[in-house]
Amino acid sequence: MSKQISKEEKLEELHPMDKWLRSERMPHIWCPGCGIGPTLYAWARALDRVGIDKDKVVYVSGIGCSGRGSGYLNVDGFHTTHGRAIPFAIGIKLAKPELCVNVISGDGDLFSIGGNHFIHACRRNDDLLVICINNFIYGMTGGQLAPTTPRGQYATTAPYGNIEHPFNTPHVADASGAVYVARWTSIHVRRLEKSIAEALTMKGFRYIEVLSPCPVNYGRRNKLPEPDDIAEWFRQSSVVRNGADTSEVQIEKDKPLILGNFVKRVEKLTYYEGLKKLEERVRGAR
Amino acid sequence: MKIFRGEIHVIKERCKQCRLCINLCPTQVLQESEEVNEKGYHLPELIEEPEKGKICVACGFCQIICPEYAIWVEEKKEETPTEKK
Ligand SMILES: Cc1ncc(C[n+]2csc(CCOP(=O)(O)OP(=O)(O)O)c2C)c(N)n1
Ligand code: SF4
Repeated sequence: MSKQISKEEKLEELHPMDKWLRSERMPHIWCPGCGIGPTLYAWARALDRVGIDKDKVVYVSGIGCSGRGSGYLNVDGFHTTHGRAIPFAIGIKLAKPELCVNVISGDGDLFSIGGNHFIHACRRNDDLLVICINNFIYGMTGGQLAPTTPRGQYATTAPYGNIEHPFNTPHVADASGAVYVARWTSIHVRRLEKSIAEALTMKGFRYIEVLSPCPVNYGRRNKLPEPDDIAEWFRQSSVVRNGADTSEVQIEKDKPLILGNFVKRVEKLTYYEGLKKLEERVRGAR
Repeated sequence: MKIFRGEIHVIKERCKQCRLCINLCPTQVLQESEEVNEKGYHLPELIEEPEKGKICVACGFCQIICPEYAIWVEEKKEETPTEKK
């Protein structure tokens, strides 16, 4: 007679990440070598490291391959419309300030269609952790130019090479007032985990950019076609410079990739705290 | 003294043969095997050569780098014989 395996027993045989996953949905849709998986695992380990109750974690994502993560993780999540992950997250935080609200989404989602939400959430200091999975391209829709594609690189909509100047996203966050700014890659997983854990213990708008391979839509068009080519590029070209001036960390073709924990500001009043104070002042005076 | 040795587990149906575990293993003890899963991807396997010092030391890097959550390491502690004086 075959032995019935209980759910707990089955989980034990699975990967340690499975306690955060909706395992029945695995294997996921991401391509071989994609950096989204390791980034999410680093985030999950950071939550464990800091000891945040799983029931208090919210994961909000926009549209794109990176946006799919909220459907695969076994935490409360919202898969919002394109570019609107930050506004949804702000709403959640204002309604339930006790929650740990995380936005994990793509570079296209956060910096093209969602760019305005990003800078204003930085400016207002909304209490969110925002992780941008930057693969330099629109992955899901087939490799169109993103606002992060380095100059001279190729995309389906830049068949002769990109002529635009890309965003230097840590600098955008820094200049807009984010209290924590860092950049790692999806192969620097241990340092990424530590950085996320550090950001999780702070309040205010915290931003981490994670450079991530998209072998299929970025790599194939840029002479990095194998699933592990971009990882190798990251490994060979990365230079860690903690505390670097964010105006000097622009990503350029054939130049070193500067990684590190760049900015850690003295915490300032968050939007929610300001709102509470206002409420006390106005209601209290009545 | 105790030393750490690792035992590798592969969740076969998840592997997509991206080779990150094989290329990034610090002790270079993983290689592509002949075995394929139902989608035709070749799975990684552990090849140790203890006499050359090539063993899995249970660092867990393959586990945290795998995009598929397909490979993980079980840590085994091993007693080493204490040296005679
Ligand atoms: C309002 C709207 N406009 C356009 C799209 C098409 N669209 C889907 S995903 C995407 C870009 C995703 O790029 P990115 O955020 O970098 O995520 P990736 O897929 O690279 O992870 C676009 C333009 C859409 N879904 N909704
Ligand atoms: S298209 Fe790119 S970003 Fe999307 S799953 Fe594939 S590798 Fe990942």
